[in-house]
Amino acid sequence: MKPAPFEYCAPEVLTEAVEVLEQNEGDAKVLSGGQSLMPLLNMRLARPEVLVDLARIPELDYVREDHGALVIGAMTRQRTVELDPMVREKHPLVYEATINVAHPQNRNQGTFGGSVAHADPSAEYPALAVALGAQFKAVGPDGERTIDAEDFFVTYLTTDLEGAEILTEVRIPALPDGAAWAFTEVARRHGDYALAGATSYFTLGADGKCATARIVVFGVGGTPVRASKAEQAMIGEAPSAALFASVGKAVLDDVEEPQSDVHASAAQRRAIAGVMTERGLADAARRAGIAI
Amino acid sequence: MPTPRQISVTVNGTVYESTVEPRLTLADFLRHELALPGTHVGCEHGVCGACTVLWNGRAVRSCIMLAVQTDGTEITTVEGLSKDGELNAIQQAFVEEHGLQCGFCTPGFLMTITEMLDRNPDPSDEEIYDYLGGQICRCTGYQSILAAVRNAIEKKKAAS
Ligand code: FES
Ligand code: FES
Repeated sequence: MKPAPFEYCAPEVLTEAVEVLEQNEGDAKVLSGGQSLMPLLNMRLARPEVLVDLARIPELDYVREDHGALVIGAMTRQRTVELDPMVREKHPLVYEATINVAHPQNRNQGTFGGSVAHADPSAEYPALAVALGAQFKAVGPDGERTIDAEDFFVTYLTTDLEGAEILTEVRIPALPDGAAWAFTEVARRHGDYALAGATSYFTLGADGKCATARIVVFGVGGTPVRASKAEQAMIGEAPSAALFASVGKAVLDDVEEPQSDVHASAAQRRAIAGVMTERGLADAARRAGIAI
Repeated sequence: MPTPRQISVTVNGTVYESTVEPRLTLADFLRHELALPGTHVGCEHGVCGACTVLWNGRAVRSCIMLAVQTDGTEITTVEGLSKDGELNAIQQAFVEEHGLQCGFCTPGFLMTITEMLDRNPDPSDEEIYDYLGGQICRCTGYQSILAAVRNAIEKKKAAS
């Protein structure tokens, strides 16, 4: 297999990368880690005229904390995020999502921003970003702007980014204090694309009842889906196995018609999203030492 | 015809200066340009792991990486594992434990295990499964590969 021919450039400054994209609008593609793009090129499902490799732009590679939020440069390798002790300790949900991304061999090369900007509906990072209310920074010909995760994902493999805009940074707020959290998915084999999955967190008030709840399911539509009805079903309730089961069912009402393909039917995907939500909430409670 | 690119890449300790087409994958560069056919090509879309090499010490899929991306970096392939014709501990462990049958997947497994043991000489079962989960073998059966990993860990401990 050979990709169709393309021109390649690897600018060292961001503005130059934006310029190349602008000059070749529609014909140029950004290359970040290549873990999704390269298979598409090899199979000639994508045939860009120009590839703009961002790997030589040093200022896009960092992981740091800012006022409690986790800030990740778009070209940071997923593995760098995974191996950062600060991430594991203070942003456990980010760590948990990361170890579900493909295999170590892919995470060594794949980038955080690449996964987000590719916007595969069954990918982990987009769901994580929506669940935690992340913000994305993008730089284009008209300068920089910030986009909320919920506005960023438009539909299958489509984001709010304009043709010549480049995602530069992801800012992920920390979980609320004391939150119980989970990230669960079903794949045919560990490391494969998920058929469907769920990520959630909740906090308890002084009365032992759920004060906040966030549930996002993925693999069941063109974008990660915020399960608002299911979230509502949790608020004010005491955590219990029965509650988690009914919340898992409520998720089905939040999900419209998922895609059917050779991997799973629409009905299967919806069912998995519900079950993953239920199991995730139980995992979350167990991990946080909450009796149910 | 796209502009060929000049790259300088260190493979198994030797610096190579080459002019390559941008679309040339790292796997094809190693096999066809550098005549290092130890890196195998199975699926060519990042799934099977046969083509795994070390890129600055990290195990990556060379079939979904371009040669041009490796300009200025260091690659280790399976050809770089033995010293003076002597198998290294991981290779020897594969021989002893029947860790290979046809051997097609083996270079990828060896490179992945190399990264794993460089990072942590005493990995947990969970870590071992996570790493090996990224490699597919269609004939040996994974138990003997696992046995080879454990044997290699012991060999390395004994040697240090
Ligand atoms: S040939 Fe590269 S992963 Fe299969
Ligand atoms: S030994 Fe034959 S594929 Fe693994």
